Amino acid sequence: MKRFEMTKSYSMKKRLALSAIAFSSVGVLLAGCSGAGGGAQQADGPVTLTLATVNNPQMKDMEELKGAFEDSHPDITVNFVAMEENDLRDAVTKDVATQGGQYDIVTVGSYEVPIWGQNDWLVDLGPLAEADTAYNVDDLLPPVREALTVDDSLFAVPFYGESSFLMYNKDMFAAAGLEMPTNPTWDEVAGFARTLNTDDVAGICLRGKPGWGELFAPLTTVVQTFGGSWFDEDWNAEVNSPEFTEAVQFYTDLVKDAGEADPVSTGFTECLNLFSQGNAAMWYDATSAAGPIEADGSAVAGKIGYVHAPVKETEESGWLWAWNLAIPKTSNNQDAAWEFVSWATSTEYINLVGTTLGWERVPPGSRTSTYENPEYLAAASAFAPITKDIMLGVNPTQPGVNPQPWVGIQYVTVPEFQDLGNQVSQDIADVFAGRDTVENVLNKGQELAQQAGDAQK
Amino acid sequence: MTAPDLIVAEPAHDPAPAASRTLRRPPKPELSAGQKKALRLARTLVWPAIVVAILVTQIPFLVTIYYSFQNWNLMRPGSRGFAGFDNYVTVFTGGAFMQSLSATVVITGSSIVLSVLFGLGIALLLNRKFFGQGLARTLVITPFLMMPAAAALIFKWSMLDANVGMVNWGLSILGVDPVQWNTDFPALTVIMVLTWQYTPFMMLILLAGLQSQSKETLEAASVDGAGPIRSFLHMTLPHLRQYIELAVLLGGIMLLQVFDPIAIMTRGTGGTKTLSYLLYERAFVGLEIGEAAAYGVITVLLTIIVASVALRLLFKIFSSEGAKS
Repeated sequence: MKRFEMTKSYSMKKRLALSAIAFSSVGVLLAGCSGAGGGAQQADGPVTLTLATVNNPQMKDMEELKGAFEDSHPDITVNFVAMEENDLRDAVTKDVATQGGQYDIVTVGSYEVPIWGQNDWLVDLGPLAEADTAYNVDDLLPPVREALTVDDSLFAVPFYGESSFLMYNKDMFAAAGLEMPTNPTWDEVAGFARTLNTDDVAGICLRGKPGWGELFAPLTTVVQTFGGSWFDEDWNAEVNSPEFTEAVQFYTDLVKDAGEADPVSTGFTECLNLFSQGNAAMWYDATSAAGPIEADGSAVAGKIGYVHAPVKETEESGWLWAWNLAIPKTSNNQDAAWEFVSWATSTEYINLVGTTLGWERVPPGSRTSTYENPEYLAAASAFAPITKDIMLGVNPTQPGVNPQPWVGIQYVTVPEFQDLGNQVSQDIADVFAGRDTVENVLNKGQELAQQAGDAQK
Repeated sequence: MTAPDLIVAEPAHDPAPAASRTLRRPPKPELSAGQKKALRLARTLVWPAIVVAILVTQIPFLVTIYYSFQNWNLMRPGSRGFAGFDNYVTVFTGGAFMQSLSATVVITGSSIVLSVLFGLGIALLLNRKFFGQGLARTLVITPFLMMPAAAALIFKWSMLDANVGMVNWGLSILGVDPVQWNTDFPALTVIMVLTWQYTPFMMLILLAGLQSQSKETLEAASVDGAGPIRSFLHMTLPHLRQYIELAVLLGGIMLLQVFDPIAIMTRGTGGTKTLSYLLYERAFVGLEIGEAAAYGVITVLLTIIVASVALRLLFKIFSSEGAKS
């Protein structure tokens, strides 16, 4: 009996020990997992910064030139994690929102900067920038700086910025005996488009691909210059207002009559393709499109005229977008991060790009001094002066006819907007296809917008 | 605990001489103390595997269930909290769910039916000896080996582009006006891509079925005077029954998760917002983690129901037909 008990207790112990081994090995596994996402070390000695960025050409230039920074800052190494725009948004939002601490510097669009700033996720760069006299913070383009500032805190600094303008094929206009004014109205543009539209050439290319950053970037500027807006001053939705409806009706009719074929497939890239092959007479889109259009390999280089965004009720209707560098509060290397951020957004960096990579590759739209640099103006004479005019002319605090409770032009700076814009733009795809009417779609949009508006009250 | 018990019991009494006696149903053998000890050790050794299995398979789902009861928007860190059944109410009253469910059924269903039909046709053609049979088979399989995103991009830019697409060019030769595929026929566009990709998969399974059919039976049928159509309908098709079932089942599981062609080509417009795309939108565009989790839980439940009820029903129809022959 005694012996039996001994055996039992012995085997119990063995069993427990084995179980313990099993659990502890699982524990090690779990610890390994949490270690992988862990934060960076404290900033003593050599520091490695992780920078999350979008894989645009300007950012690739930054990565190419980071050696110059590392040479002058031997203690700091910068690792680039480049992603496609949507992936970047997902990855960085998740990391910052869940306090992951994976990145020391993040590339943030101007839509997210105020939202993240208000969530207390980003370091206020204002005091750092002002303390650094060489940085010359007042040189940042005023509308861009305004869009990145919440309650006097500057939560990010612009790496490059853009507005929107109308591009037109001068050869086609000359052949048809048409003349483009410097400040065209949408009615004039619609007239030109319908005249120039043929079976082979679209009168105008306008984005139709669903997405708040695709279709609704140009369309929101049209809505605003038609006198409409997503919300009034008290966050009441105005999506089915007569002005909003008229603007969407105008836009979809213009695309159906004289726009590109298959609008739902057509976003920035598709329009660029069409326009640079000479298959569209006009294109209303980002000022950053001018670079690739004038580049070698474009069939229309040198043949393109650039004028202000078409208007109806307002003076200026360009949008405002910037890719900015910001430092998340979760970073343990904030000082070193600011060293890099201030270098990458400085006049010195712009000159470095100009002298080593060529002046046409300078990141535009971030600093006033860029547009006073004779070498840049010579390299980008076709579009640089007008880009500067538009970027200084737009007003992100009140882009439309009526005052609005947010700062931003082609988007509404609230977390709910990307969802709202995405859903309404998907329904507008049904209008392009003739499956639904503008009134119906915007009545549905009004309900969604009201929910988003109520969340702000 | 019963399942692992059975598994460990196996090696413990297998070498015992008692088990070698031919009994229709061996009674539970009496175990000696030593055997019991060995059994206990064996059971203990299984523990790590069970723990890992539970962790790996069930924890993600349990966490999803937990999230589905949370009010959590990634962009509003302050407002996180317990939401009760709010997210489930949103799922069922929002209207997006039923639309998405029907989109999923239409797209998955028609893609499976079409690819089984095309796959059967191609399998019948390939199931005969001819010069270059191996090469032909490899060529036909290629679409299935392609990454889904790459396939969607090829269709978007090379095949269905309104200006330079090959399909519209082909139609123009026939005198048909250019078609705006994504704008006017979004669901059809996605079904086309999926059918193109999954036909080879169905073909492979059905070809395996055809090659396992005995030549003697078919010969006997033709001696008895059955023509090729009759022997196909009454001999080959019943023989292929279980292969078709397997193809439909596997195809259904894979196609339910389809995401790439929708994200790349139609962006969820015009009845192409399948459940997986809707889920992605709720989580990454809406940033509503709780709501997306609720959609996820409902989708899992639905998939289980569909897999167990509908497929069993479908198989019953097939088996009763098969039983006749």
